[in-house]
Amino acid sequence: MENGFSSPRSESFPAGLRVLVVDDDPTWLKILEKMLKKCAYEVTTCGLAREALNLLRERKDGYDIVISDVNMPDMDGFKLLEHVGLEMDLPVIMMSVDGETSRVMKGVQHGACDYLLKPIRMKELRNIWQHVFRKKIHEIRDIDHHESFEGIRLSINGSEFSEDCIMFSGEDLTSFKKRKDFQNKYDERDYGDLSSTKKHRVVWSVDLHQKFVKAVNQIGFDKVGPKKILDLMNVPWLTRENVASHLQKYRLYLIRLQKENDLKASFGGIKHSDVPSKDTSGGFGLQSSIHTNQNDVANDRDQFSGSNFYGQDLDAKNNEGDQEEIVSEPRPDSKKPLTADVPDPQDTRSSQMSFDHSSASLGSDVNYTEFDCSIPKQYPWSECPEVQSKQEHKLLLQLEDGFSQQPPGVPQHYIEIDQLQSGRDTSSPIKNEPVLVEYKSHHESHISPKETAIDNFSVQSKSLIAYHQSFEPSSTAIKSMKPQAVDLSCITDLEPCQRNLISPSDLTFPPFNEDLTVCWLQGDFLNKNFGLPNMEFADYSDPGFIADIPVHLYDTLTSDYECPYDPTEYPIVDQGLFIL
Amino acid sequence: MDGVAQLQKQLVDYTASLFQEGFLDEQFNQLQQLQDESNPDFVVEVVSLFFEDSERLLNELAKALEQKTIDFRKVDAHVHQFKGSSSSIGAQRVQKVCIAFRNYCEEQNIEGCLKCLQQVKHEYSLVKSKLETLFKIEKQLIAAGGSIPT
Repeated sequence: MENGFSSPRSESFPAGLRVLVVDDDPTWLKILEKMLKKCAYEVTTCGLAREALNLLRERKDGYDIVISDVNMPDMDGFKLLEHVGLEMDLPVIMMSVDGETSRVMKGVQHGACDYLLKPIRMKELRNIWQHVFRKKIHEIRDIDHHESFEGIRLSINGSEFSEDCIMFSGEDLTSFKKRKDFQNKYDERDYGDLSSTKKHRVVWSVDLHQKFVKAVNQIGFDKVGPKKILDLMNVPWLTRENVASHLQKYRLYLIRLQKENDLKASFGGIKHSDVPSKDTSGGFGLQSSIHTNQNDVANDRDQFSGSNFYGQDLDAKNNEGDQEEIVSEPRPDSKKPLTADVPDPQDTRSSQMSFDHSSASLGSDVNYTEFDCSIPKQYPWSECPEVQSKQEHKLLLQLEDGFSQQPPGVPQHYIEIDQLQSGRDTSSPIKNEPVLVEYKSHHESHISPKETAIDNFSVQSKSLIAYHQSFEPSSTAIKSMKPQAVDLSCITDLEPCQRNLISPSDLTFPPFNEDLTVCWLQGDFLNKNFGLPNMEFADYSDPGFIADIPVHLYDTLTSDYECPYDPTEYPIVDQGLFIL
Repeated sequence: MDGVAQLQKQLVDYTASLFQEGFLDEQFNQLQQLQDESNPDFVVEVVSLFFEDSERLLNELAKALEQKTIDFRKVDAHVHQFKGSSSSIGAQRVQKVCIAFRNYCEEQNIEGCLKCLQQVKHEYSLVKSKLETLFKIEKQLIAAGGSIPT
């Protein structure tokens, strides 16, 4: 096998791109090798996933992109995907002869930056360099933005919030503009410049990661923050941004793991089976609203699909990986202020949650269920749909693909349970819980048909709905992005929420006794229902609205959640999110 | 030379018939296009790899279906692999049988699976012999001093 271990390509980019191909099928391996060579790439082939990981670990920074088959005997392709994203943060393209939407969704959720169907044509391989390029751009941008948001973030950071929380508020527009400018400027540049201007891309070696984990454990996972970790790690060349971004990924990863464990443990609660569909009546408080939502949701799938796209799109676009912020705030479909349903305590919670984003670039930490669509970093929060502050529900949905860091673009949403809990008042509708929704990629199937009703929930105005809604789009988005649905663990933490609601494995709508569940479900539903046609978010219409949400959240925080958002504000969001 | 021209025509016609009858599809063309001076035997090499891998897979499949209690997931995994493999060279008919095969696996239909196994074996041996014939003609053509028309 040749080893593409050379220095980064320069003027000849994309020629010389160092590709690692992993496939257990020898025929395909040979064909792909030939095709990639014809594209003037440097190819290394590998028949086993473990071998691939070894290669990648031995030569950090020795490869630019990884292409891997989904079905492999020694390790699941998705797992490999996670590892690569987590440890090496390289773009990963998945391949399979199976083009089922659920599989593709899973791929996206796990962080794949693309999913190719076999038989693969050479022209499809010619353009894989775009993923590498995009990631670099995002990295640079993130760093830029990260720095610019530092100030804001610090001011906002409360004790509950991780230092990564990024507040996007008024800055959004400016930052967004900045980003645009940067991009324009950037595009004109030669790729060669990229290497030179590229801010240190840190390769998280096993050692480095060990140090990181040690520091995190020392500090205590809930009190952890990039600064503290950085200090403890005592690695001179490492920056706060590097740590912040890695922390985000790590969090998602843990949540995912925990979720898996929790699933077994706490699965009891979710009663979703009963809920939904019947609840359409929606008369009953949040709970009912949730149900309704579910049902509604189903109907409105389309709406969400839009959001999914958004999410997905974000994922796709976000190579940064951190950005996904899912605004947990429920977005009312119909502009109904979601907040209405959400009790105050929730508000507080939400505020907390919302800000959980890591630095701007990271964004993704906070997943607002509502907006699950991982809001790409690129989109300033301002663009997010306004989520009523009341929404508090900003559940941080952590959709993680398992920490694996999703390859760029995959939003990591994770729910900060701690935050939720602190603010939460049990009395308040559980809606807030939804945040925990886990989107396990495999859970997609769980979404019960009722869930499709989620579409309908357009607006049932219940706060739950909001969640759902927000969730939905996000769920789809998330689903696409992250296989792992909200961390189940998150759910467990939220007592009120009824963890029950969210059965990790089945995101199907948990009985809406708890408002919460809604959130996750959406994700599932979306997948199910929509089949997520829109996996290609590239077109999603309004990423902006997602961005709005954060702003919203921000406002909430500052204004003490009073911020009632004008329902009219939401329409945009709704549209944006749901319109596919 | 007449011989070369004739062989060339034979090759072209034969190849066309394989496409027409659905034995091969566009993917095979892709393989042929990948062949170049640095890899003059590329297609033959790839197809040989395919044959080897397929024999192995078919054996595994037969074994899995002979078990007292059939593990359909395993069977499905093998079929899935075979499907992927056959798609690599464009063995369309084989691929189609694989799709039906997978459905039976999902339904856990033993009879259906066994039937598909026979079918897939049949289609495989058909495409194998066709390709071997194709390569033979190519060899003759080259031996006669001609070159494979692109």
